[in-house]
Amino acid sequence: MQSLVIVAHGSHLNPESSAPTYAHADTIRASGAFDEVKTGFWKEEPHFREVLRTVEGDDVYVVPLFVSEGYFTEQVIPRELRLEGWDVSEWDSDGLSADQATLVASDVGREVHYCGPVGTHAAMTDVIERRAESVTGDPDVGEGFGLAVVGHGTERNENSAKAIEYHADRIRERGRFDEVRALYMDEDPEVDDLPEFFESDDVVLVPLFIADGYHTQEDIPEDVGLCEDHTEGYDVPETVDGTRIWYAGAVGTEPLMADVILERAADAGADLGDALATVRETTRVAAGD
Amino acid sequence: MSDPESATDSEFVTDPESVTAAESGDEPAVPEIDLPSDAFDAVLDALAGLAPDEWIRFEGFAVGVAGDDRAADADAHYVLEPAGDDSRTGLNERDLHAALADRAPAVTDWYVFERVVGEFGPRRAFLRWIEDADGATVAERYAALAAGIERAWGQLRVIATVTDRGERRYEVRHADDVGVPREELTAHDDPLEAREIVTLDGKGRYRPLKTAPTLRRGWVFPDLGPKELYETVETVYPATIANWHREREGELDVSHWRETMARQSGIYGVIRTWDRGEGHEHVNWVAEACCDDSQCLKRREWEYDEDTDLDVDGGEGVFPCREPCSVVVSAARKWTRLESEQPRTYEFDLTPSEKEQLEEIVDAVADGRTDEIREADTKEGANRYRARFLRAKLFDDAGNLGGVPTDPDDPDDPDDGE
Ligand code: SF4
Repeated sequence: MQSLVIVAHGSHLNPESSAPTYAHADTIRASGAFDEVKTGFWKEEPHFREVLRTVEGDDVYVVPLFVSEGYFTEQVIPRELRLEGWDVSEWDSDGLSADQATLVASDVGREVHYCGPVGTHAAMTDVIERRAESVTGDPDVGEGFGLAVVGHGTERNENSAKAIEYHADRIRERGRFDEVRALYMDEDPEVDDLPEFFESDDVVLVPLFIADGYHTQEDIPEDVGLCEDHTEGYDVPETVDGTRIWYAGAVGTEPLMADVILERAADAGADLGDALATVRETTRVAAGD
Repeated sequence: MSDPESATDSEFVTDPESVTAAESGDEPAVPEIDLPSDAFDAVLDALAGLAPDEWIRFEGFAVGVAGDDRAADADAHYVLEPAGDDSRTGLNERDLHAALADRAPAVTDWYVFERVVGEFGPRRAFLRWIEDADGATVAERYAALAAGIERAWGQLRVIATVTDRGERRYEVRHADDVGVPREELTAHDDPLEAREIVTLDGKGRYRPLKTAPTLRRGWVFPDLGPKELYETVETVYPATIANWHREREGELDVSHWRETMARQSGIYGVIRTWDRGEGHEHVNWVAEACCDDSQCLKRREWEYDEDTDLDVDGGEGVFPCREPCSVVVSAARKWTRLESEQPRTYEFDLTPSEKEQLEEIVDAVADGRTDEIREADTKEGANRYRARFLRAKLFDDAGNLGGVPTDPDDPDDPDDGE
């Protein structure tokens, strides 16, 4: 019996935090790729500490719904899941290349496949592009548009900046958008000065965050100047210093995220049948929507 | 009825109708069960996979396949062995069906637990517990199910029933909605819809702790199967069945306060500095604040450490709490910082009523009663007008109680240190 466990941060304050986790779990459930799909959280229930004991299957894939490798994926989750003998070297990663480690979770005395975070998977690049399609309502968006990927800089976590650059580079290489930049919240190039970094009149701004919350709903919109105060709200697009900014909100809310979760499990050996194709298809942006 | 006194009483009832009523009320009859074909097919399936000398055991009897007849007479090789009775051999499929149809309650009971519910420990134990399957006989259970067995799980009420095909059906609703006609409740059938129900409380506030006694009312899952019941309960109260099951098996892995806080890292690493080897009173306060039954329906099983129990009662909940939860850990981080402050002496004057009013305000907030205090009920210390009057009278422009700065070095900032 093949089981998927999606582990995410969650929140004590804000129901939006776990909403994408549940939505992607539902998409994957509907695809029929797994006999069961469970969710576990750091700040909600079931907690990381107790999620594995709710799992019935014997072929278990744990996928962290986090944007980068770091404190949570390297320390907190393995510790709380009680992965015996875990050491970050199991992933043999340069900060972007964690794939999976198979270890016994002593909580349940069974092996689990502990996968790398969704945010660093190559398929995540497609989700960022899909997010740009969603927010503009244009499945062919690209020409005449700039794209900014934004996240925390190195101050919080060196790997967080790596993930942002990685996807920005890949999107730039594809040549779909006129310009692509990686911007940061706490270091240069700062998202506050977004119009200075783009020549395009239209720029899609995609925050590399799993869920909407303080950073994506208050911090970034105010820093960028979409609004004075987040309580006032803002339009999409909103013009700031002559640049039309299409603010996408957290990329993690994009339905195609379910695909990245599946890719992580597939890389770790899960048998998914045609679920990947199904999920890519069912999460598409309708033209002219 | 098992109470011998009532049985004696009924002997003296002269009206024959009321005797019947009393009897049927006391000992509900075992319902008529038709053996459904899926249950019979499952038995045939199981028989086909049996090794010689193996039996499928039902309550009160077993069926098997006569070893010698296996190949010779495929039509008439089934054996039925009632306990303590003559066994019957040489049954063909039709004979077997007739024999099992006569014993349909036991056969459907086997089918429910072996084929529908399955092996997964927590689910199986929970569904058996619902109908006391490890204590009561099939006849007793089917009779009780026909009347409806009610079970409590936190704020949930589960009613288990049986259909005339021996299938289990379950209704789940909020305990406070017991007695409300179903039509007045919003009906759900997908267990995952419970996620919506548990997110916000009745006043629309986010519920960070699923086992807080703030589940909103007004909904019902009217007709769930066994697996769906399990999923629904696990969605409302995640992992509670798994932990309850471990506890029943004597395997609950409790992680006490000290080890839990020692494990914390990052911004929570500081909590371990709150334990200074000077007793555990602070943890009593945490448990009293957060884990009391009025705040959380889990029964707290964790203590200060393995050798040191807290002085606060763990509560009466059906399901255990095996370690301080993330809400408690987060609050403890805040308290670790706050409790590192040294007390100071502040001097200001309060009338006796003002002192009492402050106490009433703290009580009202701590008991979550502020919403209940009516706008014009100025008898209540935590009444809004009373609180505004107190503020107008006693706070200076910077918000300092009695005009006394919180920090004499920074008289303008009463919230300093936050
Ligand atoms: S630690 Fe206390 S508040 Fe948290 S789940 Fe356990 S009993 Fe409830």
